[in-house]
Amino acid sequence: MRLTAENIAAKRGEDLLFADISFVLASGEALVLTGRNGTGKSTLLRVLAGLLRPEKGNVSWFSQDAEAGARACEACHYLGHRNAMKAELTVAENLSFWKSFFSDFLGGTGSSVSDAAEAVGLQEIIHLPFGYLSAGQQRRMAFAKLLVAYRPVWLLDEPTAALDSGAEVIITGLIGNHLAHGGIVIAATHQPLGLTNARELRMTGFAGVGEGVW
Amino acid sequence: MINLLLRDLKLSVRAGGGALIGVLFFLTVVAVIPFGVGPDLNLLSRIGPAILWIGALLSALLGLDRLFQTDREDGSLDLMLMQEHPLALTVLVKCLAHWIATGLPLVIASPLLGLFMNMNEVAIGAVMLTLLAGTPAITFIGAVGAAVAVALPRGGLLVSILVLPLAIPVLIFGVSASYAAVEEPAPFMPPFLILVALTMFFAVLGPVGAALALKNAGD
Amino acid sequence: MRPALIVFQKDPMTESFAITKFSDLANPTRFLALTARILPWMAGITALLFVIGLYLSFTTEGDYQQGDTVRIMYVHVPAAWLSMMCYTVMAISAIGTLVWRHPLADVSHKAAAPLGAAFTLIALVTGSLWGKPMWGTWWVWDARLTSVFVLFLMYLGLIALNRALDDPSRAARVSAVLILVGFVNIPIIKFSVDWWNTLHQPASVVRLDGPTIDAEFLWPLLVMAVAFTLLFFTLHVAAMRNEIWRRRVTAQRRMAARMAGKEE
Repeated sequence: MRLTAENIAAKRGEDLLFADISFVLASGEALVLTGRNGTGKSTLLRVLAGLLRPEKGNVSWFSQDAEAGARACEACHYLGHRNAMKAELTVAENLSFWKSFFSDFLGGTGSSVSDAAEAVGLQEIIHLPFGYLSAGQQRRMAFAKLLVAYRPVWLLDEPTAALDSGAEVIITGLIGNHLAHGGIVIAATHQPLGLTNARELRMTGFAGVGEGVW
Repeated sequence: MINLLLRDLKLSVRAGGGALIGVLFFLTVVAVIPFGVGPDLNLLSRIGPAILWIGALLSALLGLDRLFQTDREDGSLDLMLMQEHPLALTVLVKCLAHWIATGLPLVIASPLLGLFMNMNEVAIGAVMLTLLAGTPAITFIGAVGAAVAVALPRGGLLVSILVLPLAIPVLIFGVSASYAAVEEPAPFMPPFLILVALTMFFAVLGPVGAALALKNAGD
Repeated sequence: MRPALIVFQKDPMTESFAITKFSDLANPTRFLALTARILPWMAGITALLFVIGLYLSFTTEGDYQQGDTVRIMYVHVPAAWLSMMCYTVMAISAIGTLVWRHPLADVSHKAAAPLGAAFTLIALVTGSLWGKPMWGTWWVWDARLTSVFVLFLMYLGLIALNRALDDPSRAARVSAVLILVGFVNIPIIKFSVDWWNTLHQPASVVRLDGPTIDAEFLWPLLVMAVAFTLLFFTLHVAAMRNEIWRRRVTAQRRMAARMAGKEE
C-alpha cells in the first residue's frame, strides 16, 4: 500500500498556497501537517481527498489488490472541520447510514455501529439525536464514522479540536491502532497527537500569486 | 443507495416540514388568483389547469436550493463526492427523495385546489396525472440549479431564474395535456407522452449536469 | 522494502516561475499579441461591409405588401441568427473550460454572454418594431419571438450567475456547466414553443427547394449577415482582450498587496 503525492500545488482564490509538495507514505506511516492558520493545511488535505483539484501534480494510490483506475480518494476517510452528521437523526441512524454508504474498501472490514461508538467511549447514547450531543461528543461520534467502514488512509483535519484531554487520549489511541494495523494517517493539527514515528510537514503558506496564467 | 433515499426522507420529515411549506405556498398562490382575475367561476374553471400547473412549478422550485445546501453545510457533501458510487446516481437518488418529500404532496393537494377553481372531475384527474408525470422533471432539471447554488454565496432566487426557462417545456406539455383531456378535438396522449419523455430525458440530463456542477463548484 | 518518505517544499519565490512555464500552454500573451495585429483589420472589414450592406438595404425597392418596413429585416434576421450563433460559441468555449481547462475558454464564454444578450435584444426590439405595422401590436406570443425571448432570459441568467460568483475560475466552470445544460435544452424549448403556438410564417431563407424570397432582398440580407457576424467576432475578441487585461490588473494588484506584506 502506498499513497503518493507528486509536486502538488494548490491555490485558494488566486493565491498559490503551496507548490511542489511531494511525499510517499507506506503502510503504517503517518504524516503530520503543522503550521499557522491559513497556511494551507486544510487545503492540502482537501486536495488529497480529491475535493479540490490541484493546480499541478497528482495524488495516486497503489496497493497489490487495488483495481486499476481507482481514484486515490476512494481509499481515504476524510474528517473535515465539519462533522458530516445530521443533527435531526440519531447517532445510530447517522452511523449506519454512513456505514452503508461508504461500504468497505478492499482489504478490510469496518466495525459495527455499536462497536464504533464503544471505541470512542459513547455507546450509551447512540439512540439520541446527534444534535443533543455536546461539541466534544459530536466530534468523537464523527470520528466513530471512520471506524464503521474500512479505509486504509485517514485524512484528519484537526481531529482533536473541541476535545478534552480524556477524549484526546481515546482518539490518539484509535489513530495509533489504525497505524499499527497497517493504515496510513495524514493529520493537520496544532496539538501533538502522540504519534511516535510520524513525519512532519511544516506548512509555511503563501507560495506566490498565481498570476502566471495571465 | 436505498439508505440515502431513506435518510433524506427521514430528514425532510424531521427537519422543519419542508413539504408543508411547499404545499402551503401552492395553496396560497392558487388562492390569490381569484382575487386577481375576479370570482367568475367559468373563467376560473377555464384557466384552472394552467393556474394549478404554474402554482406547482413555483412551489417545486421553492425548496430546491436546499437540495445540496444542507449537505454542504455539515460536510456530508464532501464525503459523498469522495465515494466510488457515480455521483450522478447519488444526485438522482437525492432528487427522488426530494420529489417524494416535496413534489408528491403537491400532486396530492392538487385535487382540492382544483375544486376551488371550479374544475370538473376529468380536468382534476388530468391535472393530477400530468403533475404526477411532470413534477419529477422539474426536480431533475432544478438539481442543476441547486448544484450551481452550492457555489453561490447567496443562492435562492438566482436558482429559480436559471431553472425557470429550462422548465418551460414541462409547463407547456403539462398544461396542453391537461387541456386536451377536457377539450374534445385535441388528443390527450401525444402531449402526455412527450411530457413523460421529457421527465425521462431530464432524469438523465439533470443528475449528470448537477454532478458535473458539484465537482466543479468545490472550493 | 519500504519506500522512503520524501517531504520537501520548494522555496516559494522560485515557484512562481514554474507556474509561468506551465501556463505557456494557455498563453494569453500570444493571444493578445496576435489579436492586436488582427483586430484593426477585422474592425475595418466590418465597417466596410456595413457601409455596403446598409447602402444596399436602403436602395433596394420596398416590398409591395410590406413597404419600407421590410428593411427592418436586414437588421432583424442577422441579429436573430447571431443570437443563436453566440450561444453556440459559448457552448464550444464551455467544453473548452470543462475538458481542457483552458483559461482562454473561460474568458471567451464570459465575454460572449453580454454580446449574445445584446444581439438577442436587438432581434427582439426590431422584431417588435416590424410587428407593430404587420400585426398591429408590439408583441405577439408567436413561437419564434417567444423562444428568442426565452433565450434572452437564459443569457441574462448566465450574466447574473457570472456576476454573483467572486472566484473567476470557479465562476467559469459553474457557468460552463449551465451553458451546456442550456444548450442541450434549446432545441427542446424551441420544439415545445413551436408546439405551443405556430403563428409565424415558416422559415423562408434556408429551405430545401431554394430560397423563396427575391434575390433583390437576398443580397442585402446576406451582406448584412456577414457584416453582423464579423461585428460579433470583432467585439468578442475585443471583449476577451479587455477581460484578460482586467485579470492581469487584478493579479498585479494582488501581487502588490502580498509583496507589501512580505517586506514588513
